[in-house]
Amino acid sequence: MDLKDKLVSSFMAFENNVDIEHPVHDIRTEAIKNFENHGFPNKKHEAWKYTSLNNLLKIDFSIFPKEVNALEYREVKKYFLHEIDTYKIVFIDGIYSSYLSETTHDGVDVCLMSSALTKPMYKPVIDVYFNKIAAKDESLTTLNTAFSREGAYIYIPKNKAPKKPVEILHFATGNEASLMLQPRNLIIVEENAELQVIERHQSLTKNDVLTNAVTEIYAAKSAIVDYYKVQNDAKTASLIDNTYIAQKDNSTVKVHTFSFGGKLTRNNLNFYQGGEHIDSTMKGVSILGEKQHVDHHTLVHHQQPNCESHQDYKGIYGEKSTGVFNGKIIVDKIAQKTNAFQQNNNILISDKATINTKPQLEIFADDVKCSHGCTIGQLDEEALYYLQTRGIPKKEAAALLMYAFANNVLASVRIPELKKRINKLIANKLGVRLGFEL
Amino acid sequence: MLKIKNLHAGVEGNEILNGINLEVNPGEVHAIMGPNGSGKSTLASVIAGKEEFEVTEGVIFFEGNDLEDTAPEERAHMGIFLSFQYPVEIPGVSVTNFMKTAINESRKAQGKEDMPANEMLKMIREKSEMLDIDRKFLSRSLNEGFSGGEKKRNEIFQMAMLEPKLAILDETDSGLDIDALRIVANGVNKLKSNDNAVILITHYQRLLEYIVPDFVHVLHEGKIVKSGSKELALELEEKGYDWIKNEAVV
Repeated sequence: MDLKDKLVSSFMAFENNVDIEHPVHDIRTEAIKNFENHGFPNKKHEAWKYTSLNNLLKIDFSIFPKEVNALEYREVKKYFLHEIDTYKIVFIDGIYSSYLSETTHDGVDVCLMSSALTKPMYKPVIDVYFNKIAAKDESLTTLNTAFSREGAYIYIPKNKAPKKPVEILHFATGNEASLMLQPRNLIIVEENAELQVIERHQSLTKNDVLTNAVTEIYAAKSAIVDYYKVQNDAKTASLIDNTYIAQKDNSTVKVHTFSFGGKLTRNNLNFYQGGEHIDSTMKGVSILGEKQHVDHHTLVHHQQPNCESHQDYKGIYGEKSTGVFNGKIIVDKIAQKTNAFQQNNNILISDKATINTKPQLEIFADDVKCSHGCTIGQLDEEALYYLQTRGIPKKEAAALLMYAFANNVLASVRIPELKKRINKLIANKLGVRLGFEL
Repeated sequence: MLKIKNLHAGVEGNEILNGINLEVNPGEVHAIMGPNGSGKSTLASVIAGKEEFEVTEGVIFFEGNDLEDTAPEERAHMGIFLSFQYPVEIPGVSVTNFMKTAINESRKAQGKEDMPANEMLKMIREKSEMLDIDRKFLSRSLNEGFSGGEKKRNEIFQMAMLEPKLAILDETDSGLDIDALRIVANGVNKLKSNDNAVILITHYQRLLEYIVPDFVHVLHEGKIVKSGSKELALELEEKGYDWIKNEAVV
């Protein structure tokens, strides 16, 4: 049985474990039908031209983990941003770990999707927001919707900000020979409220893991959201991340994606601007080697006037790694005075590494500023020489320049300890022996 | 310290240096002057080891070592420093972190441990005060968005930190207003000692009013066509380079 059939037939077993009377279940039922009709995307789909799921789909993934595994904090401490205090929503093989988590209902809700989808008190919010911006016709998103049951649920009421950032962590223990996870997150940040989230997926063994995640983020008027995706997973773990963000007037949402690990990583990042004076920022650093693959598919839909979007993605590709950047910007006719910027710069450090980069601009308004640029290059010889004349050997100079190239994206990271961490990850990844403390 | 014998060098078959002879001893300041395109910056780059230039004939000795096949970083470790005419902008690396990396790489090459952090900080403080450099400046990305004067002052700051035996200052005066020129020149003068040497490469005599050379050489079409004392610079200023060009033809 292939993975699609296995998933479709597992849906019945899944239904035994959820409340099929809840209105959300109608959404799930609709979604599984959609997935059954469409199946997994393949290379014939324009959006999947450079990313093949074929090898992944051959693996016989377990869809429901058989047993609950426990982890000691000290085993996984390094994956937390333990330098500072955070709220934590932690899952082990897809199952919530109350032991490792720290949730709250103190003025804000930082808790579980499973609660939000079952407890009556959350029903009004679920009715308004659940699956409203997630795509109804994209097969991987509908697959996640069909099996949506667990994940993070965050609700920040008007004028509130949680005392500390929220970490969402998913650990895979290798209990199953191969495991498929489908976390579903719902994040609502109301008017003039603020939130910082760090999301990380971490496999702890060499067993195969495939995560197909969906996150919906709603930023109301003047809300500020910083979302950091740390993708430094094991080389046998793959991630398909589908993130949908809806913004209202004067809101600011920044998503940083740090892709250093994993076997195959696909980021579908979608912004919908439903108001004026909105700022949407997407930043990414990808540093890959071996046969790793990362694919950034971004979409910004400018639906109202006077908004901005900024995209800055940097990639360093070594060995036989491959990268994709596809940045789509749609500016509706009504969206005059839009400022949309997109930049994708890449360095290939091996003859066998590949990057496919493609801007896609659909502009229907006439008074807009849109710019896009992509570069694929090697290191600047003059800069190398300059560093060498200061006593830095060529190899170290090259690493330092790559570090600087990538590091530049970090200026907008607002959690200093996270910035430090990412800095160190970049330095380690590039083999830079930094002559300084970060 | 530096001995250059019959140096011919060029790029992609075009000869730019056409038989240079030069000897620089510890404690000396040499000025190399000449019109645009005479080969001044090429000479500086060849001494610093830029790979783009090919040495076709002749030798460069530094403290008795033939520099052939010596990488730029190895020359730096030996004590050669080049202040760039156009310092390269490197976004993402702060001046401080760049200096720490450079110093510790040099120490590593000499088999030494990293410089202790407090010692490094003390040194940075001293040298930046000497050159009247604001601390905020040190946390900025290397040369990024620096004014012409800031870039040049930053070059001299690097020189102060690295304490070279031989410093080659390539057009350090260009793009500097009189105040910046004075600060940079004072810095160089404070760093001068009987153990180190300076080669000033300049188009104008102006810098030499602040850093007084022991010798002045005039470069024309890749050759030193005239050498003399500091008075030669004044004569050049008065008569212009045409005088040298005409004399060279004769």
